[in-house]
Amino acid sequence: MAELSYRDAVAAAIAQEMERDERVVFLGEDIGAAGGVFKATVGLLERFGPRRVRDTPISELAILGATMGAAMTGLRPVAEIMFSDFLACCWDYVANEIPKTRYMTNGQFTMPLVIRTANGAGSRFGAQHSQSVENWAMAIPGIKVVAPSTPADVKGLLAAAIRDPNPVLFFEHKSLYAVKGEVPDGEHVDTLGTARVLRRGDDITIVALAAMVPRALQAAQVLAAQHRIEATVIDLRSLVPLDTQTVLAETIRTGRLFTVEENPRLCGWGAEVSSIVTEECFYDLDQPVVRITTPHIPLPAADALEDAVVPSVQRIVEEVLRAADFRTESGHGR
Amino acid sequence: MSANPRTAPAAPLPPDTRLGLYRLLVELRYTEKRAFDLFLQNLIKGTSHLALGQEAVAAGFGYAMQKDDYTFCTYRGHHHTLARGASMTGVLGELMGRECGLLAGKGGSMHLTSVEHGVMGSYAIVGGHLPIAVGAAWSAQYRGTRQVAVAFFGDGTTNIGAFHEAVNLAVVWKLPVVFVCENNLYMEYTPIRNVTAVEHPAADRAGAYGLPSIIVDGNDVEAVYRSALDLLERARDGEGPSIVECKTYRHSGHSRADPAKYRPPEELQAWMERDPLPNYRQRLIADGVPEARLAAIEQTVMAQVDEATETCKASPAPAIGTAFTDLWADGGTAWRN
Repeated sequence: MAELSYRDAVAAAIAQEMERDERVVFLGEDIGAAGGVFKATVGLLERFGPRRVRDTPISELAILGATMGAAMTGLRPVAEIMFSDFLACCWDYVANEIPKTRYMTNGQFTMPLVIRTANGAGSRFGAQHSQSVENWAMAIPGIKVVAPSTPADVKGLLAAAIRDPNPVLFFEHKSLYAVKGEVPDGEHVDTLGTARVLRRGDDITIVALAAMVPRALQAAQVLAAQHRIEATVIDLRSLVPLDTQTVLAETIRTGRLFTVEENPRLCGWGAEVSSIVTEECFYDLDQPVVRITTPHIPLPAADALEDAVVPSVQRIVEEVLRAADFRTESGHGR
Repeated sequence: MSANPRTAPAAPLPPDTRLGLYRLLVELRYTEKRAFDLFLQNLIKGTSHLALGQEAVAAGFGYAMQKDDYTFCTYRGHHHTLARGASMTGVLGELMGRECGLLAGKGGSMHLTSVEHGVMGSYAIVGGHLPIAVGAAWSAQYRGTRQVAVAFFGDGTTNIGAFHEAVNLAVVWKLPVVFVCENNLYMEYTPIRNVTAVEHPAADRAGAYGLPSIIVDGNDVEAVYRSALDLLERARDGEGPSIVECKTYRHSGHSRADPAKYRPPEELQAWMERDPLPNYRQRLIADGVPEARLAAIEQTVMAQVDEATETCKASPAPAIGTAFTDLWADGGTAWRN
């Protein structure tokens, strides 16, 4: 096992796949010579050359259109959209063209492409450079949606996304780029559409995604140490496909489900998870599902404001305590 | 590019080529007319954007393209799809929502596609396909195949951002793509001149990207064909993209819902006199082609259209299960386990 940062894992995954498959090409703004504005793609241009690592103009329509055209004709392109907020500039491709063309043509095309993008808060960039927009993408039939929380998952899931014959929107979290973690040596390829149980406790289940995963884990530690509440923590890792079986099994086991979502409240992924759980294991629940989300507001820029609205460790702990009858010395209610 | 000997007016096209172009024009015209008739019979539902009057652009390019070249067209794409060799049954069947349609009824009029014929899709979002064609050209360049991508679009498309992003990237990467503007004078209902900063919406923009300004009579199938040969060869030889503006005219409204009453009668009259099909017919006859030869082509094509129509009418609606196939590469539509 080698220790890599989350950002280095991005470059490692792309390099691993470019090394094994000549069809893999990479394009985006400032991704080559500059190594990416988040330095997540440093070294790729030097290693694979300008034929395969292509700097583009600030043309999000052209980037995703060209990505799609290349994927339809035999390449396996990886595109970077610098900030996920900018997906709104090329939403035609994300919502209309890339996901629907195989279906509309009755399977005449496959669309093996990956759109990587930097998502989420924590950098104090304000409402147009800090959003969590994975739930926008989740609403579209025909595109896979992945959001890793660790360097190992970045490498394994990005490699899997590049090998997948379907389009994948790959959300990297800005606030995690500097985080380091163990990454398996040698070729590492994970499986899309699989959640991971990171911690197992009998009292509650917390489902989280991306930057909310380490916060959920910390909250679980606080709950265990200070409140004798043992939490299961699930890293969802992928919204499409959605690993409902892992969520349902853990929810049934604990009877209590909390979602921790960075997206604004309305139609966040937790709403779909909550809906599924309510429809399919209602009688196994000991309490209503609780969604812990950013309020339904644009993200403010000031650090004090941003920190106040995005779910924090403290807020997760408080919401868990408020929702369940856990504060007494006698422990949990099951 | 005026130095190309093939474009010299002195060199007539071979007789077989001329008859081939004529036959293609007739195929496009008769099939499109049949589509209109089938609307009136309510056998075609939804919307449709007919290319009656614009067939010479599709025929000229379609005839000039190599088998493995890529066509990208707009929602007004019946003619381009047919011009690459897709079957009348496949096209009319798709318009009618039948099992025999090119897309088994899943796409409809605005999304005609036939990959086996190089028709890489019809795109219903104005301008959306131009960057996609650029990507296909990039892929061809990367794979070293000498394929060319041809993207057809209307005059209205030149005012959308995707047009400019696509052309710029194609020039910067020197890609084998030909951008073909079918300027039919109306963006949809509004005259293009009322909403565009320049007189020639595509040709006048070419200079901004370092490309020559090329205007072709889009109702003259031979002029289009010669221009296509030239621009395709340039692209194939690695000389990069081109923009060509074909001046033409839509005989019907923008879509099924549009009676096109906004057109001045004298304008309509003038353009009807320039109808690409009868004009080419007269020209061939004047050049000594026996009229009987042309009439035989017309009869053959009409019989084909009739046969295709009957095949489509006899074809069942798609099985309901078809709606639940091929979202994903595994053939299914599952989003959860």
